[in-house]
Amino acid sequence: MAGSNDALPVRTGFLGWLNKRLPVDQFVRDQLTGYFAPKNFNFWYYFGVLSLVALVIQLVTGIFLTMHYKVGEATAFDSVEYIMREVPFGWLLRYMHSTGASFFFIVVYLHMFRAFLYGSYKAPRELLWLFGMVVYLALMAEAFMGYVLPWGNMSFWGAQVIVNIFGTIPVIGPGLVEWIRGDYGIADATLNRFFSLHVAAVPLVLLLLVVLHLVALRQNGSNNPDGIEIKEKLGADGKPLDGIPFHPYYTVKDLVGVGLFLVAFAIVVFFVPTFGGLFLETPNFEPANALSTPEHIAPSWYFTPFYAILRAIPNPGMGALAMASSLVVLILVPWLDRSPVKSTRYRPLRWKIALTVFAVSFIALGYLGLQPAEGIYVLLARIFMTLYFAFFILMPFYTRGESTSRVPERVTYSSH
Amino acid sequence: MSDHSAPPAEVDQDRRGFLLFATVATGAIGAAFAAVPFVASWSPSERARAAGAPVEIDLTKIEAGQMVTYVYRKKAMYVVHRTPEMIASLAGHDGKLKDASSADSEQPAYAKNATRAAREDFLVVEGTCTHLGCLPKPRFEKGMADLGADWPGGFFCPCHGSRFDLAGRVFEGSPAGQNLRIPIYSYPSDKTLIIGVDATTGAA
Repeated sequence: MAGSNDALPVRTGFLGWLNKRLPVDQFVRDQLTGYFAPKNFNFWYYFGVLSLVALVIQLVTGIFLTMHYKVGEATAFDSVEYIMREVPFGWLLRYMHSTGASFFFIVVYLHMFRAFLYGSYKAPRELLWLFGMVVYLALMAEAFMGYVLPWGNMSFWGAQVIVNIFGTIPVIGPGLVEWIRGDYGIADATLNRFFSLHVAAVPLVLLLLVVLHLVALRQNGSNNPDGIEIKEKLGADGKPLDGIPFHPYYTVKDLVGVGLFLVAFAIVVFFVPTFGGLFLETPNFEPANALSTPEHIAPSWYFTPFYAILRAIPNPGMGALAMASSLVVLILVPWLDRSPVKSTRYRPLRWKIALTVFAVSFIALGYLGLQPAEGIYVLLARIFMTLYFAFFILMPFYTRGESTSRVPERVTYSSH
Repeated sequence: MSDHSAPPAEVDQDRRGFLLFATVATGAIGAAFAAVPFVASWSPSERARAAGAPVEIDLTKIEAGQMVTYVYRKKAMYVVHRTPEMIASLAGHDGKLKDASSADSEQPAYAKNATRAAREDFLVVEGTCTHLGCLPKPRFEKGMADLGADWPGGFFCPCHGSRFDLAGRVFEGSPAGQNLRIPIYSYPSDKTLIIGVDATTGAA
């Protein structure tokens, strides 16, 4: 097996010329063939690479959509219809982009849940989690602004509701909202700046953050389902006993996952691109109209857990504060979880119940955010919001001094 | 090797620290100034400001009992010329209102009264439902079949059924929690109304 201390191959000819000028062989050795990952990765470890695949799909389809899309109050909606009806394969590009957004969030949510399952945010990977959370926030901004671009009626009213959230900030709120919109209502100026941010500014920030996320990952290496550090058990050759080179072992494994992901992706793109109104909402097939509100204003499904929290509190300012807090507690989780053990496998029933309550609350809030804010739905949203916050706020107490089971010395692994 | 490369006998750390601080501070101030045009470019443009100028309305064109909709800063503004009967209809259902005295609603001080208006014959309200921002529809006839025999006349929001009286006050049982918002406005003369200007903002 190769290692990061292994000698580089001796090159002559063109490859020799190239490697003298660009450290290709060195990069491949350091990052792929000599980079050791734990050998016990399971299904949950697909979602990192799948996020990267989703990012590439969004970048490529986005670049091509930009070639046909015409930003502007008067042209945006029609240009999207033009893409759908007249641009060769334009419908496919657009459905790949709209489905890609939802798939991006599906894999990112599973990727984040994996971190909870195996304690991947715990020391020494707190910064890795922080970069990941900033990627997630940037992704939310990117998705929100992208949703406004088709200038359908849900785009318009969704933007209205979301931008007005900033208006609840005391003192500076109203001025801030005017500054974000660039007008006294959601207008041409708003659409134009969202387009600029969506196609240039936020993608650049996202790419930079993804690089930082990966560099921070490489610094300590991946966590694993047992939550033990493979670098602490080295063989005579100085290589981790429980590690295998990322390439070819995990590149090949990931390829299988990417294949399965693309099959699921293609099924949705070709057969159910609107996904029953979840991926593309019905009111958005009608142009933006400032004088007609859609029946129910619901954001895209991936924002609904937070939207449900926003609406659970009648006072708009307090609702916005609760929504912001629900994201802040997520960011702080490396410091809230006091357990000495990383993986759920060796943590007590108490933690398993708490984690289940959290997952159920998140999904329930997601469902409730899609429903009208009335009657029983509001009551349920308040109950699940309480459980969601309890999971985080009580975490320092129920995880301190946990009675954990014995963590093995080496990763548990059986070859097939 | 010349003598120029020889290290100085001792480094003046105070001087070095001061120079470092001065350089960073100058750079930071410069960066802050350079950010001004970028941040300012997001404010409403001159064109948007001009389009958002106050709206002047000739009141002689609105007949008694009639409502006319104007647009001020991208929002619908309803101006209702209330008849004496309409004004009279405002009294007598305070018990059915969520906020009869407009204590929890948004309006300028001169509209925080029984008729929610500076002049009781004209109601000026923002046509935005305080529930989710739909446009309430005028339903001025009394006792309409679908709104009940005791309907005093007012506004009905078709989205989620919020009901408001002829002063824009919300009835109990509506999803909206507050009365309809009232913009700032004033009367430069007996026959003119101007939305967007009042004593607090000065002359137009």
